[in-house]
Amino acid sequence: MSELRPESIAALTDAVATASAERLPLEISGAGTKRGMGRPVEATHRLSLSALRGIMLYEPEELVISAHAGTTLIEIEQSLAQKGQQLAFEPPDWARLLGTAPGTQTIGGIVAANLAGPRRLTAGAARDHLLGFQAVSGRGELFKAGGRVVKNVTGFDLSKLLAGSFGTLAVMSEVTLKVLPRPERTATLLLLDQDAATAAGSMAAALGSSNEVSGAAWLPALLAQRVGVGEGAAVTALRFEGLDASVDFRLDALMGLIGGAASRLDGARSDDFWCRVRDAEPFGADPSRDVWRVSVAPLDGARLVAALPEAEAYLDWAGGLVWLALPAAPDGNSARIRQAKGPSGHATLVRAAADVRARVAVFEPEPAPLAALSRRVKASFDPLGILNPGRMVEGV
Amino acid sequence: MKMPTPDAAIVARRREIAAHLRTLLKPESVIDHEDERRVYESDGLTAYRQPPLIAVLPGSTAEVSAVMAYCQQEGIKIVPRGAGTSLSGGALPLADAITLGLGKLNRVIEVDLPNRAVTVQPGVTNLGITRAVEHAGFYYAPDPSSQIACTIGGNIAENSGGVHCLKYGLTTNNVLGLEFVLMNGDVLRIGGKHLDSGGYDLLGVLTGSEGLLGVVTEVTVRVLAKPAHLKAMMIGFPTSESAGDCVARIIAGGIIPAGMEMMDRPAIHAAEAFVRVGYPLDVEALLIVELDGPECEIDAYMARIEAIAGDCGAVSCRVSTTEAERLGFWAGRKAAFPAVGRISPDYLCMDGTIPRRRLSEVLARMEVLSQQYGLRVANVFHAGDGNLHPLILYDANQPGELDRCERFGADILRLCVEVGGVLTGEHGVGVEKRDLMPVMFNEQDLDHQMRLKCAFDPDHLLNPGKVFPQLRRCAELGHLHVHHGELAFPDLPRF
Repeated sequence: MSELRPESIAALTDAVATASAERLPLEISGAGTKRGMGRPVEATHRLSLSALRGIMLYEPEELVISAHAGTTLIEIEQSLAQKGQQLAFEPPDWARLLGTAPGTQTIGGIVAANLAGPRRLTAGAARDHLLGFQAVSGRGELFKAGGRVVKNVTGFDLSKLLAGSFGTLAVMSEVTLKVLPRPERTATLLLLDQDAATAAGSMAAALGSSNEVSGAAWLPALLAQRVGVGEGAAVTALRFEGLDASVDFRLDALMGLIGGAASRLDGARSDDFWCRVRDAEPFGADPSRDVWRVSVAPLDGARLVAALPEAEAYLDWAGGLVWLALPAAPDGNSARIRQAKGPSGHATLVRAAADVRARVAVFEPEPAPLAALSRRVKASFDPLGILNPGRMVEGV
Repeated sequence: MKMPTPDAAIVARRREIAAHLRTLLKPESVIDHEDERRVYESDGLTAYRQPPLIAVLPGSTAEVSAVMAYCQQEGIKIVPRGAGTSLSGGALPLADAITLGLGKLNRVIEVDLPNRAVTVQPGVTNLGITRAVEHAGFYYAPDPSSQIACTIGGNIAENSGGVHCLKYGLTTNNVLGLEFVLMNGDVLRIGGKHLDSGGYDLLGVLTGSEGLLGVVTEVTVRVLAKPAHLKAMMIGFPTSESAGDCVARIIAGGIIPAGMEMMDRPAIHAAEAFVRVGYPLDVEALLIVELDGPECEIDAYMARIEAIAGDCGAVSCRVSTTEAERLGFWAGRKAAFPAVGRISPDYLCMDGTIPRRRLSEVLARMEVLSQQYGLRVANVFHAGDGNLHPLILYDANQPGELDRCERFGADILRLCVEVGGVLTGEHGVGVEKRDLMPVMFNEQDLDHQMRLKCAFDPDHLLNPGKVFPQLRRCAELGHLHVHHGELAFPDLPRF
């Protein structure tokens, strides 16, 4: 596969325009850390954004940052940290899970995959923080949408559409993101020895209280042990962030509300734990297991765990996100998981062998009228189907 | 403001179309009598009036679908309408279009507190959602000032904000699922009670699409637990510059208040004269800052904010000691529009957003424009997120004054874009800012937006004349420009 690495917006535009004119399908990549996610792309050429990098504008007091799509997340996070700020959606690094290089992923890749970590629960995902972008559509035309201010409803919100489109609509060259202050302090309350259903109740009680929990996860004993917490017991983890006095007050108040055996993690230990939850570290790099990420109504999470006793499973997003690992199967365990999940919610195959991902629906299949609409949306940006063909849905 | 030329052939068919609609809906749900149609002639942007061809009030998703499928087949345009509170003319009728009122779809379908999700029909008011869950200590966070009247369906269409969206997000950040009807009558469901779905984020793009892509018939939103405590502080400044500086330093200091609003001198005086809540009258700018959370957190942040305000030259600072006092602080701000309505026969409310650090410059240049146009302006401002609401005072009965006011408003919005901001922060483009879209977007930008419209509504039958200055036919938008043989970078390695 030949690779093109444009070093300017003009060269990027020209590359896509040429591919469009010559009907040549392109695989779009940043650092390539998420190539193992989604369906394998059938393209003879790769278009890499890795040379389009650098922060273009960062205004801490305006809460915005703009960067070229190929800028590494690490570079952005370091700049933000210097001003006491962060990307509040807690972008995960799944490089280890997917067998690629940790610490190299780009901001464009994170937005294109609409990633989010445990704070999705309260702060939203990449989609909620993307204020604007510039991109080249499959027509080879450079266009922009959104803006550089945190509040904007001018025109269609194409930022939402581009976030999570896996490079199938347009090749993003620049992104503008909302940033927020880093909390001064973090602590995590670990409720010990709860089963999934009890944990779901505890997490619902926590979110239903005024104690502002910014992370709510449950790990069974085995997985808790793999990330070094719980001392042999299952953990229900509730995170508190903010001012010193407020963190202590809310943690104690919630402990009073729920009760039972508990311990706590403070500061760096708390941050370390949530990074491991975020990066699916309990499932590690073991490629012999298929890994799924299932988004459901919060209380349905524990039910799904109970329905799949053979799976290794843990809950994030107060039960609304179920991480599952099962021994590799020819269909990637797709039938089993989608049957157990039922009609609502959304199951995504995050890790499986390439031939499996080519065969099964990696994203939740859409009902016919919705699938037809999605195809029309794709065609409106990329009428010839040259951008990441087949990446999300076979034949699209 | 030029609206698309009405199709005389459709207008001539009014009686026949109404008769057919009466076979699809209950007869009383079809409004074609001239006097009754007039009820729908305007929305919150009262400068424009136009009775619809016919108004219909469907009572179910199936009825919405039937009306839309019929209109698609007959080539009849549709203008969706919630409570008609749009400030940008989003629900302004067309002489040859059916106004589709969603007001009868006003039921709360399900309150699911363990999952923190509420499902309602689109005609439920914004405040109605909070009313359905407040007994259990929950609320729906986005709170546009019109929340007592505006509907959630309209909020979805406009991606409405409110004073608390700095901390809790706009409508788009609080919607979980939708049922909507395409122009061809197809009923689609997206999202649900879960957070992220894979696939294209049609939920995100429907939200804020100003009724151009589909008609929403059911909405699932997330609700939040009410904060333990709320307190507000009211800080007076000798200049708008010092107030703006204070806002920037609060945010740079790592504090995101639940709400942070600013008013200028004319707005303070109008509001105080109207609601008499004790606003200081000897200041140039007033900042209202609201904090929520445990009391220890509120008090700690307030101490920090008071210190910052002092450094910025604040001349007064009051903290609410009771809930009644807190609501009093807000009463003036929330009543700013009607208060200004009392001191002027008419006003036009603008809605640009700017980078906050450009505030004093923008206010100064607005003052110059105010002199130039001979029209007064009062400013209320969502200071935390840079969303300006200049209220231009005018008298529609004075010949030429509306026109002058609109030109002044357009100049303000051009100024917002020039300093790095946008045309509209929360009110939508509608008809009001439609012709200014090219100030912010070039032709290629707009074409990509319009092509998305074509994927949903290829015949441009849904709410035409809004958002886009010129609607180009979908067939024309679909043409591919040939780049082959005229490449800009002949030296670039070829594939």
